Amino acid sequence: MAPAAAPPAGLLDHRLLFVTGKGGVGKSTVAAALGGLAAARGRRVVVAEVHRRADVEHVVTAAGADHVSIDPQDAMEEYLSDQLPGPLAELLKSSRAFGYLAAATPGMRELLTAGKLWELAQDERRTPGARPYDLVVVDAPATGHGLALLQAPRTFADAAKVGPIARQGGIIDAQLRDPAQTAVVAVTSAEEMPVNETLALRDGLRAAMGLDLSLVVVNGVRPDRFTAAEARALAEAADEPAVAAALDQHAFAREQRSQLARLRRGLGGAVATVTLPFLPDGPDPATFGARLTRAAG
Amino acid sequence: MGVEPWIDGKGVIVCAGAGGVGKTTVSATLALGLAAHGARVAVVTIDPARRLADALGLDELGNEPRLVDPGRLAAHGVALAPGGELWAMTLDPKHTFDELVEQLAPDAADRDEILANRIYQQLSSAVAGSQEFTAVAKLYELHASGRFDVLVLDTPPTRNALDFLDAPDRLLGFLEGSALRALLAPTGLAARIVGRGTGVVFAVLQRVTGVDLLTDLAVFFRSLGGLLDGFRARAAAVKALLGDPATTFVVVTSPAREPSEEAVFFAGRLRDADMPLGGVIVNRVTPEPDGPADPDAVAAALEGRLGAALARKVAAAHADARALAARDREAIARLARETGGAPLLLVPQLGGDVHDVGGLARLRERLFAAG
Repeated sequence: MAPAAAPPAGLLDHRLLFVTGKGGVGKSTVAAALGGLAAARGRRVVVAEVHRRADVEHVVTAAGADHVSIDPQDAMEEYLSDQLPGPLAELLKSSRAFGYLAAATPGMRELLTAGKLWELAQDERRTPGARPYDLVVVDAPATGHGLALLQAPRTFADAAKVGPIARQGGIIDAQLRDPAQTAVVAVTSAEEMPVNETLALRDGLRAAMGLDLSLVVVNGVRPDRFTAAEARALAEAADEPAVAAALDQHAFAREQRSQLARLRRGLGGAVATVTLPFLPDGPDPATFGARLTRAAG
Repeated sequence: MGVEPWIDGKGVIVCAGAGGVGKTTVSATLALGLAAHGARVAVVTIDPARRLADALGLDELGNEPRLVDPGRLAAHGVALAPGGELWAMTLDPKHTFDELVEQLAPDAADRDEILANRIYQQLSSAVAGSQEFTAVAKLYELHASGRFDVLVLDTPPTRNALDFLDAPDRLLGFLEGSALRALLAPTGLAARIVGRGTGVVFAVLQRVTGVDLLTDLAVFFRSLGGLLDGFRARAAAVKALLGDPATTFVVVTSPAREPSEEAVFFAGRLRDADMPLGGVIVNRVTPEPDGPADPDAVAAALEGRLGAALARKVAAAHADARALAARDREAIARLARETGGAPLLLVPQLGGDVHDVGGLARLRERLFAAG
C-alpha cells in the first residue's frame, strides 16, 4: 500500500470516519483502504463493520487495522453493565419484558450501534482494558440507513428529554455533529441512481446533521480513450468487430463521464472527488490506497 | 426464450435483486409487456431513476398507481391489446405506514395518538425494514382491491432480502408471541409505566432511559395494542399472498460479482421458504466481441484504416470488452450452477441505462419471446 503523503484535507485526522454509499459500489473496499492508509501512517485504527451481511461472507480487511463487527445486542449488554451496578444490570439483562421492549423499540438498534461506535472512539474506553483508537473507520450501512444511524442519538435524546439517555445521546450526537471529529465519505459509481443517492445523502446530511461530505469516491470508472473526432472516425469503421466493441465501450464511458460531471456540478466544488478505475475482477485495494493517497494533493 | 413461461397466468410478480442492476427497469418492462398483451397491470416501483419516473409519468406524489398514458406508449411503438392498461406508482413507505394505521386504528383518538408518537415516527420513516414491510403491505392492498389483473413489485435491494421475505412472519411472530402481550397486558410493563407503577424493572428502566422516553414507548405500545387484531390479520394475509401459487418471484442481477452473489443467496432463500422462483434475469451482459484475442493482431489489422495510434487504442478497448465478456461468461456459468436449476435469461448491455419508454420497448423485445 502506498505510504504517507498528506491525506485528503486531514481526512484521516478525524476520530470517526463514516463510509457510506449505495450497495455494490465498493463501500467496504474503500473503508478498508482508508483504514489501511491510516494504519500505514502509524495511527491506531479499527474498521467497524455495521450490518454484517449474512449473504456475503468475504470481509475486506485492512492491513494493520483492527476489525470489529458491531452487534447491537452485545452493545446493549455492555452498556447496561457500564451504567448500572452489577445486580441491576443482571436484572435488566435477564428481564424478558425488557428484552422485548428493547427489541421492539424502533430505532433501538441504530442507537446502540451509534453508541458503540462512539465508545470505540473514546480515549477512555468503557470496556475495561480495551485499547483506545485514534481513528474508527465505519463501514456504514447503505445511504438511507447510514443517515438513520447518525440521527438516532439525537432522536432518542430529544424523546427522553431528561435522564441518562438524554445526556448520553446528547454527548454522542455532539461528537457526530462536530466536523473536527466526524467525517463522512460517500462511495458511488458513475451511474444515474448512485449519483442521485449521493447528492440526496449530502442534502440529508447537511439538513439533519449540519455536516458536509468530506470526500466522494467514484468507483468503477471506465477509461475514456477516444476524443469526439476519434469517435467519429471509428463510426466510419464500425463494420470492423473490434471497432464496434470499442464504440460500445466508448458509449459506456461517455455516459459515465456525463454522470460524473453531473455529480460534480451537484456538489458545487465544495466536496473533493476521487475516481477509481474500473477493474473487471472487482476493486483492488492497492490501487484504491494509491489513488486515495494521491488525491491528497 | 422469453419470460412468458415464468409469469403467464400469475397475479403477482415480485422482482428481487441487488441495487444497481436495472431491477426497476426490468419490473416496468415486465408490466409493459403484460399490458401489451391485454392485462390490467400495475407496477409498484421503489425509488425509480428520475428519467424513468418521468417517462412513466410518475412525477406526481400520492402513493397510488397512476395510469400511464397509452398515447405515450403508442408513440414508441407499443400498442396495448384491448383491455390492456399500464399503471405505475412509486412507493412512499412513510405514507403507506400512515395509511395502514388509519385503516387499522379502532378509532380516531388511537389513530392520532399513534401518528403523533415520536417512536412511531422513527419507526415509519427511518428504520431498517420499514420499506420492506410497507412494500408488501401496499402490494396486498392493491391485490385486495381487485383493480388489477397483475401486480409487479419492484423490491428494495436484496441486502434486505431477509427482512423483505420475513416481514410478515416477523410481525406475526412478534404480535402472537409473548413479546407484545408482556408489554400490553393490563398488568404489563406498558400499563405499569403509564400508571407510574413501581415494579423493580420499571424503576431500573426509568433510571436508564429517563421517564419521558419510557412514556413515549408505553403510549406507542399501548396504541399499537388497539391495532393488534388488524395487524395480525393483515400480516397473515400478506404471508398467504406471498405463498400463493399465483405469485412468483423473478430474480434480477447483473454479471458483476456482488449482485451475482446476492442472486445466488436470494434463490437459496426462496427455496428454503418454499417460494417459487420463476427464473433469473441476467441484465447488462457484455456481448462477446468478435475479432482476434491478441491486441497486437487487432491493432495490426486496423492500422491501415485508422492509423497506428488510434488502432492501438481500439485494440485496448477491444481487450477490455473481451475481459468483461469473459468475466460475464464465468459469472453466468456460476449462476447457472448455484441457483438450483432456475432458468436464466440473458439481456445484453443496451448502451447505457434505459430511461425512457423507447428503452423499455427495446428491453421488452429481449425479455418477451413473442414481443
